[in-house]
Amino acid sequence: MLFTLTSTRPPATDLGFVLAKHPARTQRFALSFGAAHVFYPEASPERCTAALLMDVDPVALVRGGRRAPDGKPLAPYVNNRPYVLSSHFSTALSRVFGSALNGTVRHRPELADEIQPLEATLDPVAVRGGARLVRDLFEPLGYAVEITRHPLDPAFPEWGEGPCHRVVLRAETTVTTLLRHLYVLVPVLDDDKHYWVGDAEVQKLLAKGDDWLPEHPMRDAITHRYLARQRSLTRRALALMDDGPPVVDDQASDAAEEQIERPVRLDDARRHAVLEVLDAVGATSVIDLGCGEGKLLRVLLRKARFARIFGVDVSPVALERAAERLKLAELTPRQRARIDIVQGSLTYRDARFAGFEAACAIEVIEHMEPDRLDAFARVVFEAARPPVVIVTTPNVEYNALFGLAEGQRRHADHRFEWTRAEFEGWARAVAARFGYSVEFRGVGAEDATRGAPTQMGVFRR
Amino acid sequence: MSERETQSEAAEPRSAEPRSAEPRSAEPRSAEPRSVEIPELCLVVLIGVSGSGKSTFAAQHFAPTEILSSDVCRGWVSDDQNDQSATKDAFDVLHYVAATRLRRGRLTVVDATNVQVESRRSLVKLAREHDVLPVAIVLDLPLKVCKARTAARTDRHFGGHVVAQQRSQLRRNIRGLKREGFRRVISLRSEAEVAALTLERRPLWNDKRALSGPFDIIGDIHGCRSELESMLDALGWQRAMGPNGPTASHPDGRTLVFLGDLVDRGPDSPGVLRWVMNLVADGVALCVPGNHEMKLKKWLDGRNVKLTHGLAETVEQLAEASDDEKAAIERFIRERVSHYVLDGGRLVVAHAGLTQRLQGRASSRVRQFALYGETTGETDDFGLPVRYDWAKNYRGGAMVVYGHTPVPEPVWVNNTICLDTGCVFGGALTALRYPERELVQVPAEREHYAPVRPLVVEPTIEDRQGPVLDYADVAGRQVVETRYGRTITLPADHAAAALEVMSRFALDPRWLIYLPPTMSPSATSQREGLLEHPDEAFGYFRAQKVATVICQEKHMGSRAVVVIARSPAAAAARFGVPEGPRGVVYTRTGRAFFRDGALEAAFLERLGDAVTSAGLWQTLETDWLCLDCELMPWSLKAESLLKSQYAAVGSAALAGLDAAVSALEAAAARTGETDAAALRDRFTARRDHIGRYVDAYRAYCWRAESVDDLKLAPFHLLAAEGRTFFDRDHRWHMETLATLCAADEGLLRATPHRVVDLADEAAVAAAVEWWQARTADGGEGMVIKPLEWLARKGSRLVQPALKCRGRDYLRIIYGPEYLEPEHLSRLRSRGLKRKRSLAEREFLLGLEGLERFAAGEPLYRVHQCVFGVMALEAEPVDPRL
Repeated sequence: MLFTLTSTRPPATDLGFVLAKHPARTQRFALSFGAAHVFYPEASPERCTAALLMDVDPVALVRGGRRAPDGKPLAPYVNNRPYVLSSHFSTALSRVFGSALNGTVRHRPELADEIQPLEATLDPVAVRGGARLVRDLFEPLGYAVEITRHPLDPAFPEWGEGPCHRVVLRAETTVTTLLRHLYVLVPVLDDDKHYWVGDAEVQKLLAKGDDWLPEHPMRDAITHRYLARQRSLTRRALALMDDGPPVVDDQASDAAEEQIERPVRLDDARRHAVLEVLDAVGATSVIDLGCGEGKLLRVLLRKARFARIFGVDVSPVALERAAERLKLAELTPRQRARIDIVQGSLTYRDARFAGFEAACAIEVIEHMEPDRLDAFARVVFEAARPPVVIVTTPNVEYNALFGLAEGQRRHADHRFEWTRAEFEGWARAVAARFGYSVEFRGVGAEDATRGAPTQMGVFRR
Repeated sequence: MSERETQSEAAEPRSAEPRSAEPRSAEPRSAEPRSVEIPELCLVVLIGVSGSGKSTFAAQHFAPTEILSSDVCRGWVSDDQNDQSATKDAFDVLHYVAATRLRRGRLTVVDATNVQVESRRSLVKLAREHDVLPVAIVLDLPLKVCKARTAARTDRHFGGHVVAQQRSQLRRNIRGLKREGFRRVISLRSEAEVAALTLERRPLWNDKRALSGPFDIIGDIHGCRSELESMLDALGWQRAMGPNGPTASHPDGRTLVFLGDLVDRGPDSPGVLRWVMNLVADGVALCVPGNHEMKLKKWLDGRNVKLTHGLAETVEQLAEASDDEKAAIERFIRERVSHYVLDGGRLVVAHAGLTQRLQGRASSRVRQFALYGETTGETDDFGLPVRYDWAKNYRGGAMVVYGHTPVPEPVWVNNTICLDTGCVFGGALTALRYPERELVQVPAEREHYAPVRPLVVEPTIEDRQGPVLDYADVAGRQVVETRYGRTITLPADHAAAALEVMSRFALDPRWLIYLPPTMSPSATSQREGLLEHPDEAFGYFRAQKVATVICQEKHMGSRAVVVIARSPAAAAARFGVPEGPRGVVYTRTGRAFFRDGALEAAFLERLGDAVTSAGLWQTLETDWLCLDCELMPWSLKAESLLKSQYAAVGSAALAGLDAAVSALEAAAARTGETDAAALRDRFTARRDHIGRYVDAYRAYCWRAESVDDLKLAPFHLLAAEGRTFFDRDHRWHMETLATLCAADEGLLRATPHRVVDLADEAAVAAAVEWWQARTADGGEGMVIKPLEWLARKGSRLVQPALKCRGRDYLRIIYGPEYLEPEHLSRLRSRGLKRKRSLAEREFLLGLEGLERFAAGEPLYRVHQCVFGVMALEAEPVDPRL
């Protein structure tokens, strides 16, 4: 909410010329999201501090119509936007200190390029990534970084510290350079842009970062975050800087799971193992129960022997993404006739599930509450009754080899992760109850004592 | 087609058909007025060459929407009614529409030439697939009439040779129409005959919707005459000896319904037949046939049947019977109709039951199903047919009462019940009183016949409720009828959203019998510094002509629905869940309230004990209760939300505003500028807002590690076995729940409340003061409800509750600084219409679901309501309301 910039090069009040703001006056600048105020808490020849105070209007923010995240319906109304420095701050910088940002000082041009001891205070910034990120971003640019954290609530010390940081940066540099760094890096710390990020942002990033960003060791991450994690924009910006490789997201749980399992490329191994089974049983029609974004469907679609491919998922959002990934709208009529994806639930019996030679439930059961597995078993093995059912689920015994702590799960939505004995016990009981036989195999590199990372049960009727 | 099917098809319906309708009659037709009956539901196939006047005929006798014309369909698909290349597509459309209409039970007329056998064959097939009778009406007019008419038409371009060709096709096979499967053929040979004809629509023989009972429905008797007589006594029938033998009457004018299998195996099948035949003849009983009667009829017809499955006993008992008696029995059986649809369609009786799509239809398949049930074609180890359990998947609206398969106890399965409790095997004779749904049993006097196989094992509750819920129960656009005069429609995309929530996050649906409705705030207050004030709530209820309201404290916790049973076994028995927990606690979105199973179990134990010591199991005559509650602290459920949202915002705001205020203080002191001082004052005020905001959320946080840290405040006693409590006013709920709360004051908290007579100004003012006092130190506010559960103004439902929230509490809803005048003035423009409409619809769905559950309706019927509330929650509405 408050940014201050202090110069200690005598006469320090020259800072007023550089910023084009008179040290004796308090000024208000209207902005689309509220206002910004500029004033000088101190102004002596030894030390002069200019302050930019953000005055974000919370009601006007709401009218922008941002979507509330899941589980936080009131987030558009009760949030930290009015109180922390964010992309609003960058907008205010260019509006209020535009000339300094561009390196022009109208009345004292010689001050523009002057290197001087400067101290900038950001109070506070909400940092997604913690103090480490603040240092990683600013220390390579030559700043001494001082960080103070605030408790989440002093009344509840057990809650620990909040995500807000008071950051003080000190360096011998020009005002322009410092402002250009902050213009780019404050939104990167905050990681939550208040406006739509499009092509114009690439140009802004290149304009404000051309002389320092390409050499920054965190260049890729900065670019990715600055461009609101849009991969295509990131690729374009990096290509314009040079031909560097694009970076990957580091947040989503799916990605985290991939990260954990990456060393064995488990996802690929699973699909390969499923295909092997489907080949061995000669299935030509397959239903993928819990198809998600359609990774298995895409593999099946590439093999002509699968004449009927049917994907089911309960999430309309996942199905939309699957339709995009599978390019359903662009398939030729013949290809399109082979595949369909529909919304359905694995705990509701469904006439559409019947009539397939094989059903797959790949990494699905662990996303259900244990007491719903009975309904799942009845839907699949009693009602749909395909001749072959392939079920995979993580083998929790292997988790330690991924470096996970005891009790830590691979994915935030996993309701349980089973040992081999637990999975096999469940599977055998289901098989016996519904007249199937079941065989087990591991998927991924097998460990002598802990088994394979993924376990697979193949049920046959 | 098997012999039996042919025979049975011919047997129903057996109206005396006017002989003159037979096409083979070659007598010259008179033009006397003639009336011909057709079934109310049938597929009428018009047959006649171009120009024979089919369309004119159809327009005279049928409603425009009943007529499907091939010409019109050709026009639809090609813009040219004469485009012969479009014929195939046109007929596809025609068949599709015809099939849809027949599925929906609408009489349908096909207006096409239909002169070729193939075209008629597909229509007969269509009728059979939908279990309706195909009727042929042949317009067999002289060729020259047709030719002349065709020539006179400007919109037809084919010559007389086409008409002649059609006519020769027609004549070639017109005699075989009955063989083709048409159940009625009406042939018209002249314009005069056409003009003289009137069609009269007759209900099907099984259509007794006009009879509403009350009924006493009696299961399979199998020659147990003495038990039948005891049953008549038990049901309050007065037996007498009439001129034709025994008969009976009921003082309350009830009607008996016999479900068939009157005969075989037992000691006196002729005696039972005499009873039933007399009662039917007297018009006090209905009787549907059983498979044993059909076999007896074959024997009576002199056909070669094996005297197995107890027929030998009947034959022996009939040894003395006269030929007249046997003929009367044969006639009685022949005249039986496979099933009856009774009481406006709410009740269906058939010997072996009847699935929904066959009810009120007529075909050999209907008869087969009604007599024998649905079999797999396999036989079991005892040589008896293996049956599909159609009732498990039954989703029809009508109650189906049937017999045929002996069961140890009658059990409701999806609104169906089998009354065959194996009386002849030493079980009992069972009757169902309708509409009371009371079962009456008379034990067998002895085992009259050794059972061929053990009685079917008792279905588990899982079986009774159907295997699992079906996607079709909830998918797509749903229409839920409530008993409160309002039908609630759920759009398909809301249902899709609810399906995801229900599948991924909600509890096992067998536990989810209720979801609480959303609640609207009172109208926006215009008072300075307030967004909500009780005056607006009282004003609303006054305007709705509500005389008395109840004001209840709004607890500072989370909404919790609690189901608690007397014991784990009682919970398992009633809710059909595996035995284990004694109940369940869930949130307003159907998720498990506790993440910690041990804590939940301990909580339910404590609560169950309190119910026991309050004596509620006895006073309410129940083994389970469903309570609407608030569970505190809020932090128990919402700790992560409190930390990641409320505390995080407070911490950031205090940091930022502290820094801003000290910088502004320095600037104001240094420059002495008024602008700086004004800014300093404004930011100091903002900082104070944050302080009060932090206080507001802190009130919701206390550590909850054991049951002793929890507080439950029940405020609605929703339902118990066999009943809901929506007929009691809120005062009763408060009083009853207060006795519960008194039983464990450590865990339970009675809801502070006051009843306010809206005509009493002083009482209203006191209630406002009460609200002010309770909200002054951060209290959440109060909820104002009409004293009666269901208040109406005219036909409109009054909002069941309005909330009026505290000034500081609203900071965590509208934002820490919402009271700043510039913010408040903008926040006042809020629309409540959608919220109130949602509140009303969700409220009714919630009540309906509980009513259904309490009445023992099948799971899918309860789930539709609960699912509906969840679907409505997908409707976008301002979350601050």
